[in-house]
Amino acid sequence: MTQTILTVDDSRTMRDMLRMALAEAGFNVMQAVDGVHGLEVLQTAMPDVIVTDINMPKMDGFGLIEAVRKDGRYRNVPILVLTTESDAAKKTRAKEAGATGWIVKPFEPVKLIAAIRRVAA
Amino acid sequence: MTVDTMAAIRQTFFQECEEQLSEMELGLLAMDEGSADSETVNAVFRAVHSIKGGAGAFKLTALVQFAHSFETALDHVRSGKLTPLPDVMKVMLRAADVLADLVEASRDGKEIDESSYAAIASEVKALTVIEGQAEEVEEVIDFQPTVIDFGLPEITIDIPATPSHDYRINFSPRPELYGNANETVLVLRELNRLGIMQATCDTSAVPQLDAVDPGGAYLAWSIDLNSEHEIADVREVFEFVEGEADLSIETDGQAEVSDADIAALLSQALSGAPAVEPEAQSQTIAEPATPQMQALPETTSVEPASTPAPAAEIAKAESKTAAVVPTQTTIRVEFDRVDRLINLVGELVINQAMLSQRVIEANFAGSSSVVIGLEELEQLTREIQESVMAIRAQPVKPLFQRMSRMVREVADATGKEVRLKTEGEATEVDKTVVERLAEPLTHMIRNAVDHGIEAPEVRLAAGKPAEGMVRMTAAHRSGRIVIEVSDDGAGIDRPKVRASAIKKGLIAADAQLSDNDIDNLLFLPGFSTAATVSSISGRGVGMDVVKRSIVALGGRISISSRPGLGSTFSMSLPLTLAVLDGMAVSVAGQTLVVPLTAIVETSKPKKGEIHSLGADGRVMSIRNTFVPVIDVGTQLGFRDVAMEPERGVAILVETGDGTRNALLVDSIQDQRQVVIKSLEANYGTVAGIAAATILGDGRVALILDVDALVSGLLNDPLAGELRYGTGG
Repeated sequence: MTQTILTVDDSRTMRDMLRMALAEAGFNVMQAVDGVHGLEVLQTAMPDVIVTDINMPKMDGFGLIEAVRKDGRYRNVPILVLTTESDAAKKTRAKEAGATGWIVKPFEPVKLIAAIRRVAA
Repeated sequence: MTVDTMAAIRQTFFQECEEQLSEMELGLLAMDEGSADSETVNAVFRAVHSIKGGAGAFKLTALVQFAHSFETALDHVRSGKLTPLPDVMKVMLRAADVLADLVEASRDGKEIDESSYAAIASEVKALTVIEGQAEEVEEVIDFQPTVIDFGLPEITIDIPATPSHDYRINFSPRPELYGNANETVLVLRELNRLGIMQATCDTSAVPQLDAVDPGGAYLAWSIDLNSEHEIADVREVFEFVEGEADLSIETDGQAEVSDADIAALLSQALSGAPAVEPEAQSQTIAEPATPQMQALPETTSVEPASTPAPAAEIAKAESKTAAVVPTQTTIRVEFDRVDRLINLVGELVINQAMLSQRVIEANFAGSSSVVIGLEELEQLTREIQESVMAIRAQPVKPLFQRMSRMVREVADATGKEVRLKTEGEATEVDKTVVERLAEPLTHMIRNAVDHGIEAPEVRLAAGKPAEGMVRMTAAHRSGRIVIEVSDDGAGIDRPKVRASAIKKGLIAADAQLSDNDIDNLLFLPGFSTAATVSSISGRGVGMDVVKRSIVALGGRISISSRPGLGSTFSMSLPLTLAVLDGMAVSVAGQTLVVPLTAIVETSKPKKGEIHSLGADGRVMSIRNTFVPVIDVGTQLGFRDVAMEPERGVAILVETGDGTRNALLVDSIQDQRQVVIKSLEANYGTVAGIAAATILGDGRVALILDVDALVSGLLNDPLAGELRYGTGG
């Protein structure tokens, strides 16, 4: 069955890149522009994996992850954070919030897909 | 991804960069003024961050590197480590300019010589170094395209004679592993791809069914793996779960112990108590590897355990401040589509006017449903028109932002200290007007900085602050947009202006001029007041160019100045170039439209008010002032002989420089809004005619170019005498 990925990123460029890479690998792609929008999309859809940026207006990636984990329906949805910072603090904070893993930007499509396959059932 | 899709994304990236740069600039200016809240700082950070992120994807190394330093400095500001003092902001604003240049160069595929911005780059870099904290060591490496083997079998399978390793892995997931939606089975699946695997599950910790916590973790795994992959690949499988499980990996019978473990154990042994906070301790001790192990297997783990706490606080503060910021949803529409819509609405307005005309001719009763329906149609048409116009309306913000950069550049080049203050950036005006305002505004700003603001020492001597102020404001006033540029400089040096004008033969040596008259001399072609002609404002390309551009937009410009206190240039422009409020007049059987903005008053000339001057010149006296009379009919060639003024109507018009003239027409029809149809586009340029429109009866009417009509007189020496002589 085709898996669906929800990407949450305020950068259009990044959303486009994610969509292209994911679509090419055969995933369905849904998009949101920030954490709040991401939660809205989640009201009507159940993605197999969420890929989210950290720095976003309105609600950042940490806020989104925390909100998703608090919601029983999405407790088991893997969440990968996209981050240009490979520093441990960001990852630790994301992990504390409930992130499953991370993808370091700029990502190569093959690495993105590999990371997703690693967490997607 | 295909080349095409990458090209499309690249285009998106640069479009987005424009938006980010503009957001960044606005935020930086607010920070500079001290009016920025934490969300503004965040937004600036995010903008630079996004640019860096995209640039990394396109391998724009120079851009990535510069953005990285800039971003780090901004990060220090938002975390409170760096105070945005004026000196800091100066560097940041100039860094913003460099960033914009780099983006532009990247977009156009050009190279910028690194030395041209090396100074700024090192100043920005200096901001990233916070006292008591080591400079971030080349995190930039992360943004270089790195090729890390992701453990894909096909990459290594072909390599012959790779020695295989026997790994013994003990893996005990903790509850948080499942809490974060990781799965043991997926980890095992991944591991299985690396080689031949045998896994044994230890179920001894599983409690009685009634004691099972659904969120608990009770299974531990012992895994034997024979693989040709190096340990880094094996570790990578556990990358996401490292902090969430007890993990140990033995290679070929040798336990793997990291330097970090030794350090942690040592410190624990030496102090007799945990040296680091409990949470971090569990990370470094309970799991043998630290995140750094992945990238730098042979080096000491340098990540101090103290980072998570402040980072968490900052992030918490962030999510608090970023809670509610209402944004408006927008869509992108090609400009052509909007233009087509505008044209259609223009046609609709004309069509509706024609229909109204027919109804009037058909003599329907005022209460008839046709008349009532038509009135409603009229109302709706007007509303549609306004709504469509609003689509084209754009805030002057981007325009103003461009100017702020200019101020910095000109101030730098002239050694002056200047601050630009802007007001009313949200004021909207038609896109065309915004576009065409850029040039005159650039000129005015340059002039204000170059000629208006004095050098710092001169200002100090005059008891003013060394830093000069240029203000740029925009506001809506009675259906027009008024933009003012003022400076707190020396004001216009009137004796010098006067002397210069006499020298250039623009006025008579004994001409009696009011202060206002002298100020307006600046708008005369070829006038330049700079004592030393600088490369900034150029020679001779002065305010006359500005005035011409403004007038071409249907606008007016005026100047006021107070010696020692500064000057203010004020321009007023129509909000749109698509419709115009005008007065329909009849001249020799033709209908003409006079733009309402030019009209001061109308009057029926009486005998005795008109005086002859020379062979065919005439002036009209209006409240003790003589104004030249222009017979529109003869000027435009509708008739050969001037009409008797007493038989017509005089329309007193004022042009941009405040000059007044009386236009003589046969009669006034009414006042109406007309849709402007370009004459240049449909026919050709005609002197004295600005554009055309279509009337309700379907006929074409010409819209007068009042300034052109009047400026025909400007070349006349007699007119010059009237304007600046003793006529008043």
